[in-house]
Amino acid sequence: MVEFRYRTDEVNEQPSVTLDSFLDQSNSTAVRLEPDDDARALLPFLDRLALIEIAFPKYRDGRGYSSARILREAGYKGELRAQGDVLVDQIAFMRRCGFDSFAPEGSLNPADVDAAFARYDHVYQGAADAAVPVWKLRHG
Amino acid sequence: MYQYDTYDQAIVDARVEEFRDQVRRRLSGEMTEDQFKPLRLMNGLYLQLHAYMLRVAIPYGTLDSRQMHLLGHIARKYDRGYGHFTTRQNIQYNWIKLEECADLLAELAQVEMHAIQTSGNCIRNISSDQYAGAAADEVADPRPWAELLRQWSTFHPEFSYLPRKFKIAVIASPEDRAAMRLHDIGIELVKQDGVLGGRVFVGGGMGRTPMTAPEINPFVRAEDLLSYVEACLRVYNRYGRRDNIYKARIKILVHEIGADEYRRQVTQEFAHVKTLGIDPPLAEFDRISAFFAPPAFETVSDDIDRSDPDFAVWLDQNVKPHKQAGYAIVNISLKPIGGIPGDASADQIDVMADLAKQYSFDELRVTHAQNIVLPHVAKRDLYAVWQRLNVAELADANLDLISDIIACPGLDYCSLANARSIPVAQKIATRFADMERQRDLGELKLKISGCINACGHHHAGHIGILGVDRKGVENYQLTFGGSGAEDVSIGKIIGPGFSEDGVVDAVEKATEVYKSLREGDERFLDTYRRVGLEPFKEAIYG
Amino acid sequence: MKILTGNDLASGAVTWWTGQGWSIHVEDAADVGEQGEAILHAEEGARRVNAPYIIDAIATPEGPRPAHIKDRVRALGPTVRPDLTLKPADPTAGEWVI
Repeated sequence: MVEFRYRTDEVNEQPSVTLDSFLDQSNSTAVRLEPDDDARALLPFLDRLALIEIAFPKYRDGRGYSSARILREAGYKGELRAQGDVLVDQIAFMRRCGFDSFAPEGSLNPADVDAAFARYDHVYQGAADAAVPVWKLRHG
Repeated sequence: MYQYDTYDQAIVDARVEEFRDQVRRRLSGEMTEDQFKPLRLMNGLYLQLHAYMLRVAIPYGTLDSRQMHLLGHIARKYDRGYGHFTTRQNIQYNWIKLEECADLLAELAQVEMHAIQTSGNCIRNISSDQYAGAAADEVADPRPWAELLRQWSTFHPEFSYLPRKFKIAVIASPEDRAAMRLHDIGIELVKQDGVLGGRVFVGGGMGRTPMTAPEINPFVRAEDLLSYVEACLRVYNRYGRRDNIYKARIKILVHEIGADEYRRQVTQEFAHVKTLGIDPPLAEFDRISAFFAPPAFETVSDDIDRSDPDFAVWLDQNVKPHKQAGYAIVNISLKPIGGIPGDASADQIDVMADLAKQYSFDELRVTHAQNIVLPHVAKRDLYAVWQRLNVAELADANLDLISDIIACPGLDYCSLANARSIPVAQKIATRFADMERQRDLGELKLKISGCINACGHHHAGHIGILGVDRKGVENYQLTFGGSGAEDVSIGKIIGPGFSEDGVVDAVEKATEVYKSLREGDERFLDTYRRVGLEPFKEAIYG
Repeated sequence: MKILTGNDLASGAVTWWTGQGWSIHVEDAADVGEQGEAILHAEEGARRVNAPYIIDAIATPEGPRPAHIKDRVRALGPTVRPDLTLKPADPTAGEWVI
């Protein structure tokens, strides 16, 4: 279940399909990537996707962070959802990599989530979010 | 020395409060140990054999007297009066209380220090040449690049849950004093037609599968370096093995797919990453570089009064040439005969801080060999510095000799260890306590690890010792022929292991073989490489 | 015999299960027989101990002696710093570890 969503558009109700079945002539607008799926396989189809769900079976498996950035860097504007072992101490990194909705398996305290997003006023490096790296702030 | 601006300070301060909150959640039971463990590790806090251990980052091994004094203060207030300098140019405290840890970090933050990413599967402290800014053979000061990498890697959102830990070293000299090619990424700054860039090596490391890093790119332009490193990391994050913790380091990926294929993937990724605008502008590099401008050297004499023989011995062994006339680089040995390699008491830390303030333009360095450097000492002051070091029991004249041993904490402190390292180091140093005998043996790098993780760099020792557990009894394997320098190589196991006393005897026999076979100026390593293992094996096992 | 050990959550100190609570002295450790798992589960859940585990030990007149050297190092302290062990006045304490 999507517990935290930072988009204003309608939630896509279509169930997501696996990458293999999507690539196999699916008309689906929602797809789910497992950690070892190659996100770049989706690049030709980004225009017709409304939801890409990226699975985190274990939070220590960080491949989904790269998948998310690759999709955003290619111009994907639809919903990017982190699903699975999504914990409050990782959620800010996920948002920086381009995730804009979160479906954690366990429940998260909304106040903790807000605190995690508000914790750092500054970032050192550019990523897939709107945060401006400090080197840019330093030099106008 | 780099100095924080309000942005750097705000980030480090926020980290202290984040960690304070994480500790609170653990102590209150909101988090289990399983959930807390990776979080505390990301901030350098381990649970070791006797207590929590905190590893504090010393970025590229550079610090000033105010920071050094604070390290001494922390040893007194939060620990038991000492600290341990590590092979990654950091310092560890062995007796930290979880409930006091956030306060400790808040004090560190006041002097622009932290424990961020000193453990965990993320990009660790960037290491560098301890002689940076002082060495005559450097093409540029590597520290501004190390600082750029520090900032880029701090809380990198994509690379905080890598398959495994990730260590980067930056040097700028043909002589490698930082074991650069035994890092996940090693960068040697070089000039090509007057243009600065980096020679990039990827996939080195020690641990259970030691490898020297192959060259992946002979020249990456300076303004592309961060993008290139980002591309290297992205390929690793996507394709590094996650099915087996022992095969998760980048060296295994590079080895399995081959350097050519890895290079091809990085080249492709780099072409994309370079379009993202990750590299800061020249103005940012200039801003950082300004902090590392040479200090205000004076015109001073090159003359040194060598009339005190003990001083002269120390001078010849521990003091190295400086690029500025009239100045020298002072190495402070943390390897007293029979002492604990890398340990320093709070009082000794204060003495070194005071000397840096008074005689070395307020600068100190930590070396990967677990010693301390005063990088810029006027030759006229060397005798005064030596006298003060002598009083503090810090004037051992054994740099790069057999008693200048790298040793991990081993089973005396470390929960991963299989055998004790420190007592072996103490016994070997004591066996060779006669300094004339040590000097006769010349450069001989002896390195001891208490388990296969190789924190004591045994693979890179001219003589390496690996402690193993043989049915509950400590046992020690010997390796010969390793080097962490520009002639990098991995040592080879010479045969069956030894008891603690047996390994000391075997080392002594090896030095005798060397003495009988050496030609000219050969070091132990050179003789071994020339004659091979057999004569050593015969003497030791024969 | 089987005994339980772990670390104090807040201070990190090495502790041993005495049957009633946790002591820093291995001499106080109690044989838990088959009850180890149940006790450590309850004690860890109540945060009276961190990262506890069950070890083999040998009963001696001076009290339990852990079977593995690692736990004997934990019980005493670092052998290379006798001054920081639990028996700083006993110069031979380190021999008990080996």
